[in-house]
Order: sequence, then structure tokens, then C-alpha cells
Amino acid sequence: MSMLEKHKKLERNVLLLLAFSILVVLIGGLVEIVPLFRTSTVIEPVKGVRPYTPLELTGFNIYIREGCYVCHSQQIRPLRDEVARYGHYSLAAESMYDHPFQWGSKRTGPDLARVGGKYSDDWHVAHMKNPRQVVPESIMPSYSFLSERGIDLNHIDSAMKSLRVTGVPYTDEMIENAEKDALNQATGEERGNTDGLYARYSGAAARDFDGNPNMISEMDALIAYLQVLGTMVDFKAAENVEGGPQ
Amino acid sequence: MSDKNEIDKVSGVETTGHEWDGLKELNNPAPRWWLWVFFVTVIWSVGYWILFPSWPTIGGATQGLWGWTSHKKLAADQGEIAEMQRINLGKFSNASLQDIMNDPELYAFAVAGGKAAFKDNCATCHGSGGAGSKGYPNLNDDDWLWGGTLDDIFYTIKHGIRSVGDDSRFSLMTAFGKDGVLKPDEIEAVTDYVLTLSGTTPKDSHVQGQQIFQQNCASCHGADGKGMRDTGAPNLTDKIWLYGGDRQTIRQTVTYARKGVMPAWKGRLDENTIKALTVYVHQLGGGEEDKPAQAPKADPQQEPAGHVGADE
Repeated sequence: MSMLEKHKKLERNVLLLLAFSILVVLIGGLVEIVPLFRTSTVIEPVKGVRPYTPLELTGFNIYIREGCYVCHSQQIRPLRDEVARYGHYSLAAESMYDHPFQWGSKRTGPDLARVGGKYSDDWHVAHMKNPRQVVPESIMPSYSFLSERGIDLNHIDSAMKSLRVTGVPYTDEMIENAEKDALNQATGEERGNTDGLYARYSGAAARDFDGNPNMISEMDALIAYLQVLGTMVDFKAAENVEGGPQ
Repeated sequence: MSDKNEIDKVSGVETTGHEWDGLKELNNPAPRWWLWVFFVTVIWSVGYWILFPSWPTIGGATQGLWGWTSHKKLAADQGEIAEMQRINLGKFSNASLQDIMNDPELYAFAVAGGKAAFKDNCATCHGSGGAGSKGYPNLNDDDWLWGGTLDDIFYTIKHGIRSVGDDSRFSLMTAFGKDGVLKPDEIEAVTDYVLTLSGTTPKDSHVQGQQIFQQNCASCHGADGKGMRDTGAPNLTDKIWLYGGDRQTIRQTVTYARKGVMPAWKGRLDENTIKALTVYVHQLGGGEEDKPAQAPKADPQQEPAGHVGADE
């Protein structure tokens, strides 16, 4: 029982107790946190994930500014019913360029991790302006003002530079052309020059997202962002994921 | 116990040595059952460390002897469902759409599965009953833009309309006003003419409008305005309107054109789900029989003006 006696000493000396408590917490912290410093241990490599285009990044920032994450998560968990409803479960690599990530912990609205391509641009515009028009039971607020506000590209290059510090592989070329790429993506192939954009961001879609060719609005940016969500990784075999007609 | 704490006279148990205003605390040991539960959980955790992924290391977490992952668990859960569906799904995945229509069991399976998938994926645009809304076609009637046979519907769901991919159904109406093809007064004239086609306004003489229509619109909508399935050009002679049949909406349509998009569901939904959806949509009310001849230009059975929904 000498061990217990020693422990008694620890319990009765404030400084000793403090010192040993800190030691124990430190060990716990190290064991949990240190492995995460190496992303290779937590992110399985997948092909196709690229940094957001400047327009999509602007949309991402609007998404955060408007607090969309308060009601919408972006993480499909590997559970049967989630996969049946939303599609392939989210991979860590799919959000590795999201700073901050948008996984979320609460769903008032549906998960948006794979919303890209699920609806048409027109649908998104109608839905943002008046969600009840297309989803009668929706409780989402209206965001119609987004189509009246032009996008702010003054700081897009600084935003990209900051993200580069956190590990998003934006090249100098991408940052230099940020403004041009954003404008061209929201203008589309017919009127803009999208070659550079396509070369820099594989699989990027350029078109007039909000249906108003006279203005590049925040609606353009947000829909560009929503339409790319969950589409970067090519999961060819949806049939391997889903169990047939649900 | 080396400490010489006082022994309580009544219970014979040692006290902790503290005293608060004359109150002392007995130093009873924790109940034995509680201690055993505690020890068992400690032993249990050792087994857990060995069998399941647990300890994080620099090279990633330990895998555990059983090799459990949430992905495998998911696959097992899905396997359970697949097993339940196997009886029908085995036959279902090999059956053609026509086979499904002829087999009451497969048909019931398809309609039930299609109904669930429709609510999940299609109802947001087409409405939970498939009634559609502005810009999103009503699927209950027999007025089809791209065709209402099983194969047509299947293709539309799979590849979408003006969606990504080369297989998507595609057509582009000219924005006659925006692109400067027609002058405002010409747009007005052709709008007037289009209104007469469906009998919305009486057929007065609209010679100019008719001429403009024949020159600019007839190549897709047909000389008689009954539309063309190959290009997804709607029938203008019925009173079923996708965007609205009032003068202002038609003027807007002619000026700016319409290009509604339906996403391609291939890849997002598996083949069986698309088949089930096809059968479900087909039986909503307007499904057409396969025609012996290839791709009719306009549906000859289409009745004019305001005919809504006929069951097969």
C-alpha cells in the first residue's frame, strides 16, 4: 500500500498535484494532437480535388458571411441512411482546402456536401430568392439581395495568399489572374475568355450562374461555389455505394 | 494505515481526519461491486485497444486485429439492404423497362422504389406529386417536351437536359430580342401570333406575326406550332405553358429565350434507381407507349387546347 501512501502525498500538496496534473494532460494532448500534424496520416489521397477558383472562393466566403453553416453541414457520414440520401460519404481530402472547414455539427437544412450538380442554376436562383417557391415546407430565409450586390474582388488575391500560407496550393499565376479568372468564370465561354481559367483549375465550370448577364453578383459567386461542392472527386461507381432503389 | 486517524466509535470505521464544526467524515472504502466494475472496464479497454483502431501514432492510428473501419461497417449495412432487395433486384437489374411493365411484381417494386427516389431527388423541382411549377414541367400530363415513352424518360433522367456531358439532351432557343434578331415591334407581332395559336386570343389576321414565326420559329416549333420532340421545343398550340402563357411572359421568352436545365442523374443515382424512377414517372399519368416507328416529330394523338392528363 506504499503506492497509495505516495499518492496521498500528491493529493495533499497543491503544487505537486498541479505539476502532475499538467504532466498527465500534456501526455494526453501529445498522443491526440501530434499525429494530426502530419496530414498524410489523416487524409487519404484522392484524385481531382483542386483549390477553389477565385469566383468559387468568393462564394465560399459569402457562404461563411451569411452563416449558411449554421443550418447546413457539409459532411456525409459513412452511415447507410446518409449515403442513401446524399451520396458517397465525404472524404477528408474533399475539405482539405476549406479554411475553415464546413463540416458542421447540426443540420436544420440538408447536408450540402454533394449539392453540386443536383439542381440547375435557375433552381438555385429561385430558391435563394424565395425558398418557399420551390420547397414549400422550407424555413430557409430569403437571400434575394445577393443578386443585387456585385462581388468584391478587391481582396481576392490577398485571400488566396493567406490560404496559401495554410497549405492551399495557389500558384503565383493563379493569384495574379485571380480577378480576371473570377470575371471570366461568371461571364462564361460565350463572352469571356475562359482558356486560362480552365488551364489553371481543371474541371471548372464557367457560365452566367445567376442568369443576369449584366452583372456579376454575389449570387453568381455563391451558386458557382454550390455547384462545385462534392463534384471534384470522380466516384464513378455510384452503384457500389448505394444499395439500389431506396 | 500508517496515519493514525480517529476511529469512529459507533461504526468502528476510520475517519478522514477532517473536521468541520464538529462534523467528521467516515473513510469508507468504495463498494466492492463498484470496484469490480471499474477493474473490468480497465481490462475491457485493453481488449479494445488490441482489436479496434485506437492508439494514434506518428504513422497513423493502430489498425486493430479485427481491421474494423467505418467504411467496412457501412458496406456491411448496405449489404444487409441489398440482401433484402436481392429477390427483386436480381431480376430487376436484368429486366428491360418493357419487361418491368409486363411483370406486376417488378412493376410494383419499381413504382415503390421510384416513388421514394422521386421524393428525395426530383420533388424539389417537379413538386412532390410531380405537378411541376414555373420552369419545371408537370409530369402528370401527357404534354412532353422531349418525349414520354419509357426510353425517352429514362434517357432524360440519366443524361439530363442541357446538363454536363455530351450525352445530355441539348437545344438552345435564340434570344431573339437580346441577340438583336428581331426588332421590338417584330417581337410584339410574333407574340400576338403565338397567343392565337393556343386560342388565347382570337385568330384575327396576324400576317406579320405569322411570317416572322414561319421564318424564325417554325424550324423548331413546327410550322403549325405543335413543337418538336427532337429539339425539346414545346407545343405552342395547347394551353400548357412551362413559363407562362400571358402576353408579357411570352414576350420575355421570345426576347431572352429559355434554357431550363435538368441535371444528369447518371453517377448520382444508380441504373436501377433510374429505371425505377422512369417507371414511376411513366405511370404518373402521361406515359406514352413505345411507338413502332422511330421518333415521331410531334405527337399525333396530342389533343389541342388544355387537355390535361390521360391515363394509359
